[in-house]
Amino acid sequence: MSQTNSNSAPEAGTKPLLQIDQLGKRFGGFVALDGVSLEIPQGQRLGLIGPNGSGKSTLVNCICGALQNETGTIYFDGEKVNGMVAHQRTRRGLARSFQLPRPFMSMTVAENMRVPLMYTVNARSGTHMSHGELNDRCMELLSLVTLHEKASHMPTDLTQVEMRKLELARAMAADPKLLIADESMAGLSHSEVEDIVALLIRMNERGVTIIMIEHIMRAVMTFSQRLVVLVSGKKIADGMPEDVIQDKEVVGAYLGS
Amino acid sequence: MRTSVFTLILILISAALYFAFRTIGNDYLFFAGYTVLQYVVMATAWNILGGYCGYVNFGSAGFFAIGVYSSVFLHTLADSIDDVVPDALQAPLHAIFPLPLPVMVVVGGIVAGLVGLGMGYLTLRLRGVFFAIATLALAVVMETVIVNWSFVGGSRGAYVIPPNDVPFFGPYIQFLFVLMLILVVVALVTARAIERSKLGVGFATIRDDELAAEASGVPTLRLKLIATVVSGALFGMAGAPFPYYIGYVEPGSAFNLSYAVNSIAMPMIGGTTFWAGPLIGALLLGTLQQVATVTISSAVNLLIVGLLLIGFVILAPKGIVGLWQKWMGKRAKS
Repeated sequence: MSQTNSNSAPEAGTKPLLQIDQLGKRFGGFVALDGVSLEIPQGQRLGLIGPNGSGKSTLVNCICGALQNETGTIYFDGEKVNGMVAHQRTRRGLARSFQLPRPFMSMTVAENMRVPLMYTVNARSGTHMSHGELNDRCMELLSLVTLHEKASHMPTDLTQVEMRKLELARAMAADPKLLIADESMAGLSHSEVEDIVALLIRMNERGVTIIMIEHIMRAVMTFSQRLVVLVSGKKIADGMPEDVIQDKEVVGAYLGS
Repeated sequence: MRTSVFTLILILISAALYFAFRTIGNDYLFFAGYTVLQYVVMATAWNILGGYCGYVNFGSAGFFAIGVYSSVFLHTLADSIDDVVPDALQAPLHAIFPLPLPVMVVVGGIVAGLVGLGMGYLTLRLRGVFFAIATLALAVVMETVIVNWSFVGGSRGAYVIPPNDVPFFGPYIQFLFVLMLILVVVALVTARAIERSKLGVGFATIRDDELAAEASGVPTLRLKLIATVVSGALFGMAGAPFPYYIGYVEPGSAFNLSYAVNSIAMPMIGGTTFWAGPLIGALLLGTLQQVATVTISSAVNLLIVGLLLIGFVILAPKGIVGLWQKWMGKRAKS
């Protein structure tokens, strides 16, 4: 296994933002996660790849609280979060986007954005946005993903790529420390993929740590500062993207050895 | 419009309705009106869980009956304090009982709200049709309990004789009518306030997508529990005056399936996403049923409800409010 530090490694002594230790999850007899350990420092752009069924989505669901892990521990920002339900983790700064966009269909784009602002940002101690501030923040985030002109549209009016952007913007509205983008680009065209990658990098520049799960290698290589490969619920590689994709085990897992 | 202004308008409309009925001076109007108003409260109560959160409750009759039987219990207790209560407690209880009806309404609301909380804990992890079946089963369980509880009459039923006259209102039915009018105001103000609050936004996210709601920081379980408690409490309050209206209660009438069917059909026909939807549906269906009872027969009631429900579900799933919004939208475009 190649083990290299990323190019934005944290200063010595700082705790990692996310610390996963020996995470395990089964579905009946199927082992979805088999002792996965991972540490992510503040500010990193991490790419997570692996063949279908390798446990990527299960890992994301366990980190975010949509599923509860059976063994192992998850520390986020110095606090143990396993056992917490999803909304408690979101409030602590752990946001995600869904693989298939799940907008609130009865609400406009702007109203979709207001949900995490009302329920997450305003629920944290020390922050309370007024109605006007909420609207400003909502429009600011929508312009970040270039959706501000669609603010009063219903999600059914959006194209696929706009739907993905809304999904990311809504996750960003929770003002996260860590954003997990679960296959935000599947099925998009070449230029749309570049659009989303640029968007994720812009978000990272605002100080958000990002885990990107993706199959599109071009996007993964542009985006990632560090690459982790998951196969059959096990981490088989972790390091600099250029090194990892040449790793024999990784090549074998993807092409068949 | 602010909630206080809205409340004031509702009170004025209610007062106007009462004095109009009083001027006409026919007690039948109050009898029929009471039933229609009771349905307005029930439809609004159902809609808070069913319409706003998307959790279809088939056990409405159970919550209504809890209100009914909490009043029967308190009424029976008032008559039998000397027989069933230890001597030491008799004097203080005699001082409190018989409770005024508005207090019984509050008690009915609290009991039904608590049962709603319990039901929520037991069933809210179920979704869709499984939740609906669980609520139906719960109503059956409650009916079985009441049938076997002889203190409140058991299966033979209980007589609750209301006083003939009350000060100011005159005939007792007028008092009941005003009480139900107040409950309508309470229910509508509650529903509208929820709809416009952060709570209402949270309810809508639960209806749309619970997983995405949690990911956005919405505490879905807590919100659903609030919905079951508020909904249950309103049902209980609607049921509490019922024994005094009907005079004789037995489980078959208190747990009647027609309450469950009407509570679902009225919001569906009126429209579930807007507070006025259940109101419109209940006024329309309730009045239609009262007219049908007098002109054709009471047996035709459920047939009307059923046919209308089928028609609306197929042709206008968003109800009358939805039709209205569509029509306004078209007019705005042209």
